[in-house]
Amino acid sequence: MRILTGNDLKSGAVTWWTGYDWSLHVEDAVDAGAEADAILAREAAARRVNNPYAIDGARTEDGRVRPAHIKDRIRAVGPTVRPDLMLKPADPGARDWVI
Amino acid sequence: MYRYDQYDQAMVDTRVEEFRDQVRRRIEGKMDDDQFKPLRLKNGLYLQLHAYMLRVAIPYGTLDSRQMRMLADIARRYDRGYGHFTTRQNIQYNWIKLAETPDILADLASVQMHAIQTSGESIRNISSDQYAGAAADELIDPRPWCEMIRQMTTFMPEFSYLPRKFKIAVIASPADRAALRWHDFALRIVRNADGEIGFEVYAGGGMGRTPFIAYPIREFLPATQVFSYLQAVLRVWNRHARRDNIHKQRMKILVHDLGQEEFSRQVEEAFAHFLSLGEDFPQAEYDRIAAYFAPPPFETGLDDTIDLADPAFAAWVRQQVIAHKAPGYAIANISLKPVGGIPGDISADQMDVVADLARRYSFDELRATHAQNLVLPHVRKQDLYAVWQALAAAGLADANRDLVTDLIACPGLDYCSLANARSIPVAQQIARRFADPVRQADIGELKIKISGCINACGHHHAGNIGILGVDRKGSESYQLLLGGSGDEETSQAKIAGPGFDEAGIVDAVERAVEHYRAVRTDGERFIDTYRRVGMDGFKEAIYG
Ligand code: HEM
Ligand code: SF4
Repeated sequence: MRILTGNDLKSGAVTWWTGYDWSLHVEDAVDAGAEADAILAREAAARRVNNPYAIDGARTEDGRVRPAHIKDRIRAVGPTVRPDLMLKPADPGARDWVI
Repeated sequence: MYRYDQYDQAMVDTRVEEFRDQVRRRIEGKMDDDQFKPLRLKNGLYLQLHAYMLRVAIPYGTLDSRQMRMLADIARRYDRGYGHFTTRQNIQYNWIKLAETPDILADLASVQMHAIQTSGESIRNISSDQYAGAAADELIDPRPWCEMIRQMTTFMPEFSYLPRKFKIAVIASPADRAALRWHDFALRIVRNADGEIGFEVYAGGGMGRTPFIAYPIREFLPATQVFSYLQAVLRVWNRHARRDNIHKQRMKILVHDLGQEEFSRQVEEAFAHFLSLGEDFPQAEYDRIAAYFAPPPFETGLDDTIDLADPAFAAWVRQQVIAHKAPGYAIANISLKPVGGIPGDISADQMDVVADLARRYSFDELRATHAQNLVLPHVRKQDLYAVWQALAAAGLADANRDLVTDLIACPGLDYCSLANARSIPVAQQIARRFADPVRQADIGELKIKISGCINACGHHHAGNIGILGVDRKGSESYQLLLGGSGDEETSQAKIAGPGFDEAGIVDAVERAVEHYRAVRTDGERFIDTYRRVGMDGFKEAIYG
């Protein structure tokens, strides 16, 4: 699947395209498929999000969206070396999910 | 310490308001990131993996307690409670919100700090010996010269759009604690036969994709002519630089392409021209600035002995404390490398502790080092015990300066958008592997340096053991390098062989260390052994 990501304009936080808006949670990301470029162009023009781009992703068996590249997985959940600073600090599996 | 005069302050304050307006227009959607990016980079604001990152300059690594408290405050109020000291004596914040950045810059300006020229194609923060003004082995304090150069080069139009970034270091000791020859332009203060102060000049160093060690281009430059000389160097570079090729724009490429001799010849020619313009600063200006760096009022008649009855304290003194030029005083190094920690990271509360200690025990002075540690430069020997106790209570009393666990690591893939691999977890695992203090002491001085990509922010080219993160078919891989050094015997590390995965690189480092232990002679450091026996034996030990 093709998922869209960028950074929120004001906060810089990593965001994911949900089909109609941007979310902090990669689980909310949808497959933009063939429309990816059109959505990116529209969102970039609207200037609500910084530097949006498309990446490859896949759904895991339990239905969660997982970016293909480790870099985007780290972007999705936070630094692997500071569990307390991850997006969901309470999630003990977050680091394993990245690597 | 240098204090802003009214012009400095007005300039920095104006820059803050200018940026406030630029941020407002960006947030209102009147600019896109392509338009905004050059403006934010002029103020040290990057967009990194998770958020905006702000790099704050600490000129020549010197700061006072008020500044450190403000850095702590910024970490607490605008970031996530910590900051990261880098190899260029800067501090970085990783979780900055764009909308709040103007307020942060205003807070910094209130303590005479800024983020100007910490990014972009400009003359960056000037680095120096972290022991400047305190070291027993220095000729004079190099910082007035750093400050002169800083003032002469900040906002200078010809230096604002250089072909690429430009890094300068100045030291004044025979021992090199600033990785001098890894800079584009480097000055070592020396005295000539007539007793005059001047500079030994080096040019064309740098790490990154194409590493070069700086060449000596002048044995003796009269100190008062340094501005003409620097202009000459930049003019030659500006004239020939490969602005067509991003990988070839650094001055080191030009120096290498032209050759040391031809480069020097052209510099000397331009130098004669600049000298004739008479733009060098007058002695009075040097005197004015040097007055800010007058030594603190050291007490005399102090007791020169240290009570080492407490073994933990004695171990700390042995590793962290360095000779001071004033009797009765010492230089105390503060490790930001707890085993398993993140090299260079420090919490806001720890910053406050360090600020307090500086104010109470070190004439209100602090230093950041290129090895991502901190220094209290002027501590009375009799206060060392109290300082150590306070550091220990704050988790800052690790006694591992220059040992195997004192690793330098760039942020790598955990924070950096340019990275190919994570650096921090590798640093953590190596530190854990060698956590035993007895084993660390037995191994002795060993500088391990890790970068998450070829840009070499973690100085892997200068590592006795260097580690470079690379992308191997989409997964993290690590190359091992041996034999680098950033000290007065500067050398460039060489790749040992094929790369490893994360667990493999830790084992490989251990095999290299064990080989050193097996073949070293008495008193030899790792780097000495490597230089004596060469790569082959190490290679065999590492790859079998
Ligand atoms: C996370 C944000 C960072 C970015 C985007 C970044 C970017 C870069 C780039 C592009 C280069 C290569 C420049 C060139 O060779 O032309 C470089 C080199 C370097 N950076 Fe960084 N860096 C970052 C963080 C750091 C940190 C945290 C440190 C210190 C720990 C650092 C210190 C250095 C040093 C020492 C070099 C080597 C320069 C040389 O001598 O050639 N940087 N950086
Ligand atoms: S070396 Fe590469 S990964 Fe590390 S901080 Fe520099 S640019 Fe980022």
